Amino acid sequence: MLVGPGFEPSEAILPFLREDCRVLVIGAGGLGCELLKDLALLAFGNIEVIDMDTIDVSNLNRQFLFRMKDVGKPKAVVAAERIQERIEGVKVVPHFGRIEDKSPEFYKGFHIIVLGLDSVEARSWINETVCGFLEYDDDGQLDLSTIKPLVDGGTEGFKGHARVILPGITPCFACTMWLFPPQVKFPLCTLAETPRTPVHCIEYAHLIQWPKENEIVEFDVDNVEHLQWCHKNAVKRAEQFGIGGVTFSLVQGVVKNIIPAIASTNAIVAAACATEVLKTVTMCCAGMDNYMMYMGAEGIYTHTVKYEKDAECPVCSSGISLTISESKTLAELIDVVSAHASVKGNISAPSISCGSMNLYMHGPLEEATRPNLQRKVKDLIMTNKATLAINDKKLPRTLRLNLTIA
Amino acid sequence: MTGLAKEDAKSKRYDRQIRIWGRDGQRRLETARVCLLGADADGAEAMKNLVLGGVASYTIVDGDEVKPWDLADNFLLDKESLGKSKAECVSRLLQEFSEEVSGKFINERPDQLIASEPGFFKDFTLVLVHGRIGHEVLVSLEKTCRSHGVKLIFGRSYGLFGMVRISAEEHDVIESKPENALLDLRVNRPWKELAEYAGKFDMESLDDMTYKHVPFVVLLLKAAELWKQGHQGALPADRQQQREFKQFVRGLQRSKGEGFVDEGDNFKEAVDNAHYLWGGSSIPSELLEYFGSSSCTPTVDSSDFWIVMAAVKAFVDNGDGALPLPGSIPDMTATTDLYLDLKRLYERKADSDVARVEANVKEILVSLALDKNRISTEYIRLFCKNTSHLKVIKYPTIEEERQSITGSKSTYLKSLLLSEDTAENAFVYILMHACDKFEEINTQQPGIFDSELEADKERLKGIVNSIMSEAGLPTIPLSEEYIHEVCRMGSGGIHSVEAVVGGILAQEAIKLITNQFVPLKGTLVYNAIRGTTLNLGM
Repeated sequence: MLVGPGFEPSEAILPFLREDCRVLVIGAGGLGCELLKDLALLAFGNIEVIDMDTIDVSNLNRQFLFRMKDVGKPKAVVAAERIQERIEGVKVVPHFGRIEDKSPEFYKGFHIIVLGLDSVEARSWINETVCGFLEYDDDGQLDLSTIKPLVDGGTEGFKGHARVILPGITPCFACTMWLFPPQVKFPLCTLAETPRTPVHCIEYAHLIQWPKENEIVEFDVDNVEHLQWCHKNAVKRAEQFGIGGVTFSLVQGVVKNIIPAIASTNAIVAAACATEVLKTVTMCCAGMDNYMMYMGAEGIYTHTVKYEKDAECPVCSSGISLTISESKTLAELIDVVSAHASVKGNISAPSISCGSMNLYMHGPLEEATRPNLQRKVKDLIMTNKATLAINDKKLPRTLRLNLTIA
Repeated sequence: MTGLAKEDAKSKRYDRQIRIWGRDGQRRLETARVCLLGADADGAEAMKNLVLGGVASYTIVDGDEVKPWDLADNFLLDKESLGKSKAECVSRLLQEFSEEVSGKFINERPDQLIASEPGFFKDFTLVLVHGRIGHEVLVSLEKTCRSHGVKLIFGRSYGLFGMVRISAEEHDVIESKPENALLDLRVNRPWKELAEYAGKFDMESLDDMTYKHVPFVVLLLKAAELWKQGHQGALPADRQQQREFKQFVRGLQRSKGEGFVDEGDNFKEAVDNAHYLWGGSSIPSELLEYFGSSSCTPTVDSSDFWIVMAAVKAFVDNGDGALPLPGSIPDMTATTDLYLDLKRLYERKADSDVARVEANVKEILVSLALDKNRISTEYIRLFCKNTSHLKVIKYPTIEEERQSITGSKSTYLKSLLLSEDTAENAFVYILMHACDKFEEINTQQPGIFDSELEADKERLKGIVNSIMSEAGLPTIPLSEEYIHEVCRMGSGGIHSVEAVVGGILAQEAIKLITNQFVPLKGTLVYNAIRGTTLNLGM
């Protein structure tokens, strides 16, 4: 089948896209500008965009909705204006601010959310927010109406990816955390004692020398004076060791962790994402399943992979499953859960309940529930199979525990 | 603005891309003159990406006037454009992306311009062709462009599908910038000074701190010497021996009393990089092919690229069979001094290799009675740094490509149609050719008029079937559905598909203009239904 399940071309689709369907674009940068244009020209009439950044000169090589005279203005506001000026019948509402400052209700109000972000943290945050909307019944069956689809794009130079996330059905960011490359970090002793490359000298000035010499002021990567200070000292250190190659451009690249970016890759990846948005909301054709990697440096190579959901993902799954013996106490159960691979490090002070029964709670109920810790779980829940709810301030949302006592 | 201030403003504006293709690449973009034939969305998007990147000039050729439906999928048209020349309107809005770019338009149908003024194209760096030009006219454009060394890129979307291909006599790349290429460290065949340097390390006498900071290159050289003593002078030959060698390296570490080894990072790196002993320094087969080609025998008409290629070949033939040393080493655990010593050692060898290649270049130039200073040392140095990943790409002509589908050589396409992974996109490729044929016959794409949809489907199916049966190609299970999809979209461009095609057109243009990275070799098929691509190399 090339079309989605149940799709019939219909006259009702266009008014739906124009009037009813609400799309949120997160990020009005390289991908965001392209996404807004693509969605508007695909007839989406109700778009909102959120971005906390202002326009910088270095954006102008790809963020085509911005001009030199816009430098310093909020990206979301200018982008929204430009799209509305050019394309008739499109409403774009800008939000100049942080995604974390909006309530879950704000995000719930959209049919679909498209991400044009450059950080793992922001992706994780929105992922946890929309996965928090998911509701499962007692048998662990997902309530399909609680799914908030995400379409995510990302680029670096000639490379990029587009992916579709149907939380609860296809893998979420947390299921495939390994897809994000680890950041390069240098051992401090290399920086301090055996620098060999210009980057070592820059990181020395940035990470070791600055905090030592400017105790009160935190290093600000967007402050030109701070960058110049870092450059000056990195050059000094490089000279002292006979290392060449420290330039201001390299200092910026290292300290600000600049990801190289070009118009064409952004255009390609954003457009692939926009197509998926259209498919997801109209079912006009089968959706991409579910991750496309794009590589454009050596010929053109794409690889579309169906990644698997982590059945025990603490963010999107119906929960983790555990079998314990009859003799286990509640305290022992908590230890087992805390050490479970899928939540390791995310549980420090858990509260645990079974339906309306509080088994062990932190906070005001702690004292009242403390004696339960030494009791056998079987005696507490009086059954061999139950679904427990675990809450912890470090967990993205309530963790469901499907417990079997054998 | 003063010249200096202007340069500074430019490096800020283009910073994120200069980090990819360098100032050299940027300079080439800033002198590139690009012509676009056809100002529909795919082409307009391509040009938008190129103007953002900083090309010097563009010329838009299109004879149509803007119709209401053009506004629905083309961002480079606005309300005021209705009824006006499409070339003019797109050109005007493109201008907004850069204060520097010089934009021109020609309000004439591309096929008429090609027929009436073939010489028009000879001064461009690159011509982007975006559909709606008959086969015969394209063939003649290609001929003109090839004879003037102007590169061509074709790209077009057909509803939810798209296609891009390049045409050029030959495209030579020095800086192909492969991502995960092995460096050439020469540990398997050290030159004299490197071997001597390693020989100077008396491991036993080193203090603990220095011991843990002996660069892995030295450790590998030492380990290789010891290994050879026990293996009739041979390096590890097979996987088994390679595994043993890694164990052997681990075993060389200083032990701190009873079986306790405090493993150093440098030894770990030596094990992790042991593959440099059995790879990374041989001559790639592609390069051997270039050495053997007729272009590698220089004539007065040879390009700088091929003259230096011939000089490198002479370097290999007259030396110890190794390529000029690129001279880069990776960062590795070492003290500052030991690392810098090693780095300088590699750089000195690279410099002396460049000097020898340069002498060969001069000799060749003199023998051809050409200016012996024609080729700069910088060019030769760049060439020598990249000899392992040079790329020479020759593209088939449009005619040759067409022959390869309908002609007897279609076994390739047949195999693609029979393999599950590639069948659908191979069919889409045929489908797009069928659409072009349809357009040649009916002067428009299938599915333009709703009332003709069913009839068009039958006509297109007829064309597809005749292409496939003539070439003896097997059909695929979803063929009817694909034909239906392409007709259903008719002329209604889907902007997000056009933007992908436009993005790819621009990307390939940038590779051709900057002379960096590796452009597409065959024909690229994009399938937006599946979110997949297929690269057909005929």
